[in-house]
Amino acid sequence: MPGSRAKSADPRRRWWPFALVAPLLIFLLASFILPVVLMLSRALTDRELQTVWPDSAAALRHWHGNGLPPDVLAQRVAREMVAARRNGTLNRVANRLNYDMVGSRTLLYGTADKLLAGAPGNSVAALARIDPRWGRPAIWAAMRHADGPLTSHYLLAALDRRLDKDDRIVGVAPEQAVFTAIYLRTFKISALVALFCIILGYPVAYLLASLPERRANPLLILVLLPFWTSALVRTAAWAVLLQTDGVINSLLQAIGLLDAPVQLIYNRLGVYIAMTHVLLPFFILPLYGVMKGISPVAMRAASSLGASPLRAFLRIYLPQTLPGVAAGAIIVFTLALGYYVTPALVGGGADQMISASIAFYTNQSLNWGMAAALSLLLLAPLLLMLLAGRTLARAVPA
Amino acid sequence: MTSSGGPLVAFRGVEKRYSVGGRAAVAGLDLEVARGEFLTLLGPSGSGKTTTLMMLAGFETPSAGDILLDGRSLVDRPPYKRNMGVVFQNYALFPHMSVAGNLAFPLGVRGIKGAAAKARVDAALALVKLDGLGGRRPDALSGGQRQRVALARALIFEPDLVLMDEPLGALDRQLREHLQSEIKRIQRVLGLTILYVTHDQDEALTLSDRVAVFAEGSIQQIGSPAQIYDRPANAFVAGFVGENNLLAGTLVTRQGDECSLRLRGGQMVTATATGTIAPGDDVIAAVRPEHVGTGADRPALCNALDARVDELVYRGDHSRIRVGLEGGGSLLIRAPSAPSVAVAERLPVGWCRDRCFAFPATGVALASTDTGA
Repeated sequence: MPGSRAKSADPRRRWWPFALVAPLLIFLLASFILPVVLMLSRALTDRELQTVWPDSAAALRHWHGNGLPPDVLAQRVAREMVAARRNGTLNRVANRLNYDMVGSRTLLYGTADKLLAGAPGNSVAALARIDPRWGRPAIWAAMRHADGPLTSHYLLAALDRRLDKDDRIVGVAPEQAVFTAIYLRTFKISALVALFCIILGYPVAYLLASLPERRANPLLILVLLPFWTSALVRTAAWAVLLQTDGVINSLLQAIGLLDAPVQLIYNRLGVYIAMTHVLLPFFILPLYGVMKGISPVAMRAASSLGASPLRAFLRIYLPQTLPGVAAGAIIVFTLALGYYVTPALVGGGADQMISASIAFYTNQSLNWGMAAALSLLLLAPLLLMLLAGRTLARAVPA
Repeated sequence: MTSSGGPLVAFRGVEKRYSVGGRAAVAGLDLEVARGEFLTLLGPSGSGKTTTLMMLAGFETPSAGDILLDGRSLVDRPPYKRNMGVVFQNYALFPHMSVAGNLAFPLGVRGIKGAAAKARVDAALALVKLDGLGGRRPDALSGGQRQRVALARALIFEPDLVLMDEPLGALDRQLREHLQSEIKRIQRVLGLTILYVTHDQDEALTLSDRVAVFAEGSIQQIGSPAQIYDRPANAFVAGFVGENNLLAGTLVTRQGDECSLRLRGGQMVTATATGTIAPGDDVIAAVRPEHVGTGADRPALCNALDARVDELVYRGDHSRIRVGLEGGGSLLIRAPSAPSVAVAERLPVGWCRDRCFAFPATGVALASTDTGA
């Protein structure tokens, strides 16, 4: 029967496209998707105690209470603390507990050394005699929070929150609360840069789209030229231009517009100038593409129907360019959220964005759980926004 | 509008050059459009007909001369103050608006909103037989439907004049013929004045009260479809409008409009002379395929020539015969029914003097002239 024959040929035909993209798919999976997922998963997992102190971690999960633990748990902690001190793995636990309770590190090393020297550690009271902090709930709560395999510690910390000894979510100490402010700053800078790109880029894209090809092409190259230069080089160039005794200040003073040099760099203004310039092509190009696709005859039609040039622009042209504006603005906003080099080079201390914090935790403090949590909190709102944008775009067809 | 007795539109010595000293796209144009008239500008591409229309719509500025609407100069009036409905070749609908939104646009511009606007939109949709499609987007319509929307949009604000630039050019033949009769019906119902641009001579003859034939920036002939077809003013019009056999030759004698000429192949034929041709001039004789008789049908007192059948095409309601003339040159014949000849057979042919016109061979070059060498 022809039907059955078609059926037997079908699966192969269905799998053939997958076979074609498989090499790239596997490459992406291995080199990009898997590492990203593994990295981000560190924001939610907590394996230090489980790995180094398996008995204690199990007992901590079993205990699941507030206040001070039973002595049998204290015994296990003391035993594994000594073992870890001997084979050099105590460092990992000490670092992890220190995120939760400052001073845990010295507490653990001090206690372990005393235990090694022969001090008894068979009960909570015995440990408290070595260091009184063992007699308070805080260190035990910190251990319980770290007993794995999942933790909310990093995500809460990325929002300047933590669990207290009674497992309530509370704010961290004001001098430690930095991330909320940096997040807000990151989103604000990115939104404003996107806005500046719209204001500066729309007329340029319009000019490019309305000029005849012969004259538009050289201008397009001018737009693309910075696009082909590395962002680092361009930022460095802005640093030269915007110096207090740099080109722009000298020029403004020479023509008498300024009496004294203005601070253009190492502050927010410098960040806006450099980032807008670096990201402008990303806004202009998609918008230019959309504008090229708009039939100029529609404007003539609007004019013949009685619409003044302004009205024709606002009612006919502008609405058709909005998808391009949205696409360009989203690209600029997304790229700006992850900006790191430019604010570091032309901004001041109060202009650093969240990427700088992520880089710090990744490269310097090696707290990858924290780096992952900060990344996750940068990624999640962005994905939500893109989804919302798509839903909106579908509700209002272009 | 005030209704003076004069023409609605008048072009006075209008000229258009796109660059100073360059070739004139339109030169020395004098043209009047009467109220309620359907006037078609017919010509090949690049003949200046669309430029003429765009100057009237206000999208091009004349380099010289004046254009009058109801006796008042239009030259300094921007397009949006001219109150003319324009139907563009590719519809030019607003893709981000619904059909109703497109139709309401010119009303909104004129301050007509709400229920009054809705009533007029519904009436316009009914006029072009698109009732109930107001909520659709242009990209959800067929080509014919889009063109109806474009037409309705150009009519809804009751313009003084409707300009159409090859409005049916993008449609297939059947749809085109259907919409032609729709346009004609609407023009009759509303008493519209329409200036219509096309390169399709069938369309021009079907629709128009008058046809202006354009070539190389100027009008070659203006008149009713019958005048254009039956009494072409020159060789270009004879060749462009309808099918024609164009035979090159030399004028031998002339008495009034009666003349005789020698074709390239040496045959002597008589014709009706036009223009200022004199014996010795190079001329082109034009005779339509349906006016050439064959065999027994060959009219008695006519130009009688001997020929041989080269090609025979049966078309159902008529047949087309291409014959080679004795002595050289070829001729297309449209015979009313299946002829009783076969290819390579001898066939006597002939035509009446008053069906054959002799034109000066100078003037606008023709795209395809069978010089019959």
